[in-house]
Amino acid sequence: MNRRKLIEEKFFRFLSGFATYSLMALLALIILIIFIKGFRALTLDMLTKIPEGGYYYGGEGGVLNAIIGSLYIALGATFIAIIIGTPAALYINVHLIRYRRTQNTIRYLLDALWGIPSIVYGAFGFTLMLYMGLNASLLAGIITVALLITPIMIRTFDEVLSTIPIGLQEAALALGSTKTETAFKVLFKQGLSGFITAILLSFGRGIGDAASVLFTAGYTDLIPQNMDEPAATLPLAIFFQLSSPIPEVRERAFAAAVILTVIILIISLTARYLTVRFSKSNIK
Amino acid sequence: MYVLNTETINTHDIGIRPVSRPNDTIVRIENLNIHAGQHHILKNINIEIPRNKITVMLGPSGCGKTTLLKCMNKLTDLHRELRVSGKIFIEDDDILHTRTNIPAIRQKMGLLSQQPYPLPLSIYKNVAYGIKLKGIRDKKTIAYIVEKHLREVGLWAEVKDRLNNPATSLSIGQQQRLCLARGLAVKPLIILADEPTSALDPISSKIIENLFRELKQHYTIILVTHILRQAVRLADNVVFMYYGKIIEQGNPQELLKNPETEKLRKYILEGN
Repeated sequence: MNRRKLIEEKFFRFLSGFATYSLMALLALIILIIFIKGFRALTLDMLTKIPEGGYYYGGEGGVLNAIIGSLYIALGATFIAIIIGTPAALYINVHLIRYRRTQNTIRYLLDALWGIPSIVYGAFGFTLMLYMGLNASLLAGIITVALLITPIMIRTFDEVLSTIPIGLQEAALALGSTKTETAFKVLFKQGLSGFITAILLSFGRGIGDAASVLFTAGYTDLIPQNMDEPAATLPLAIFFQLSSPIPEVRERAFAAAVILTVIILIISLTARYLTVRFSKSNIK
Repeated sequence: MYVLNTETINTHDIGIRPVSRPNDTIVRIENLNIHAGQHHILKNINIEIPRNKITVMLGPSGCGKTTLLKCMNKLTDLHRELRVSGKIFIEDDDILHTRTNIPAIRQKMGLLSQQPYPLPLSIYKNVAYGIKLKGIRDKKTIAYIVEKHLREVGLWAEVKDRLNNPATSLSIGQQQRLCLARGLAVKPLIILADEPTSALDPISSKIIENLFRELKQHYTIILVTHILRQAVRLADNVVFMYYGKIIEQGNPQELLKNPETEKLRKYILEGN
């Protein structure tokens, strides 16, 4: 290697390494700041109590209402996304395999839906909610978040399915499988790790989004008992507390952010573990 | 571990072996043409494949051998760009007819592709997959058929203690034999083999070739290859293809010793 190429090689290695590690450092910094700022307010009460009187002025209580509300909304929305997204992703990869143009158009539209800002989903969900005669409620929040995460669910699963060699599909069909049997018994199994990733990615997005639930799920200090009752969410709890002029309340916002971050980290680690676990019998 | 009680299984009912018939035609292809856009891939193919023989489709890469093979069990359906016309009769069923039950027709043909594609299941479930598709649910019967075909391809001794392991834990050569066992388990009449030894080492290739020699007593084998020596070793009938056309066909001893066309003569010279 001549001198010029050697310098070029070293320079690009440094540049790529710098980009990678600075991103890692930024992520660590975000987590560190949230932890430092929220650590003092992170008490057992935060996790186990709902806001009591005067909570937003520094009174007693916690964000259990928002933790439960977020979990209800994210779980409900993920369930709907699975019901719609799984057959859709399989349909694109099995039944539309001959129709490249249609496949590409659908993928383009799903990518566009993925890219729409969540506040737009919030506004759409709000319109839909009024049209259906619903109030700001758990149900309206679930439907809106489901709309937001379904394209993510489909495209993530679809990306994995599209990398499966066509030979596997041919092998299953050659044994006498119908397309539906091939889709659910073979491709789904081969793409299971991607399916789990898709679920957890969608769930993570659903639990962390504030804009889509702002108008639709509403906010309450209580834990919702029915689908037609409003529900609090962690992102909105953070938003409301962070807007407070009282330092103790702002600290609690960071504590709520720690809770949300930990939930998302647990989801990511679970996704990684399950992906490895379920891809053992996959063909490479 | 699966314990077999063969006394309770009527092997005639589950039809482990297809009934051999006298040597007649099992596949008849008439005026088959395949286009991909403006490109004419297969040109007016007319061919008869004899039963219980090894028919080798020989020819250079890109001459349409694999397309012809995949056309026989309608896997060309997966490729929209391919327009197929003509007739392909498997026994008396025209598989290109729109009303033909394609999954049932496909079960008459086991497919062995260039690279083995085990299903993302255990070794046992790979072989059991096609059997269950045929509606067989009795566990003892399934276990019997699985063992029978794993023995048939010489894999039983190697895998009997790890039937629940993923099929991908096997070596490539073992995976190819597993795929053969899986194909045989659905009781096919024909084995379609698309360069099945191209990804294998010489020892595994030899095992597959020896298996074919044994299997031809009960099955019709259509083997696609571009390896001249493999054709000489295995073929009872050779079909030489060149740029989408069948150039010559017949007995390998006569055909490969005294080729009638310049194209085959050149191919043999270069192959040697």
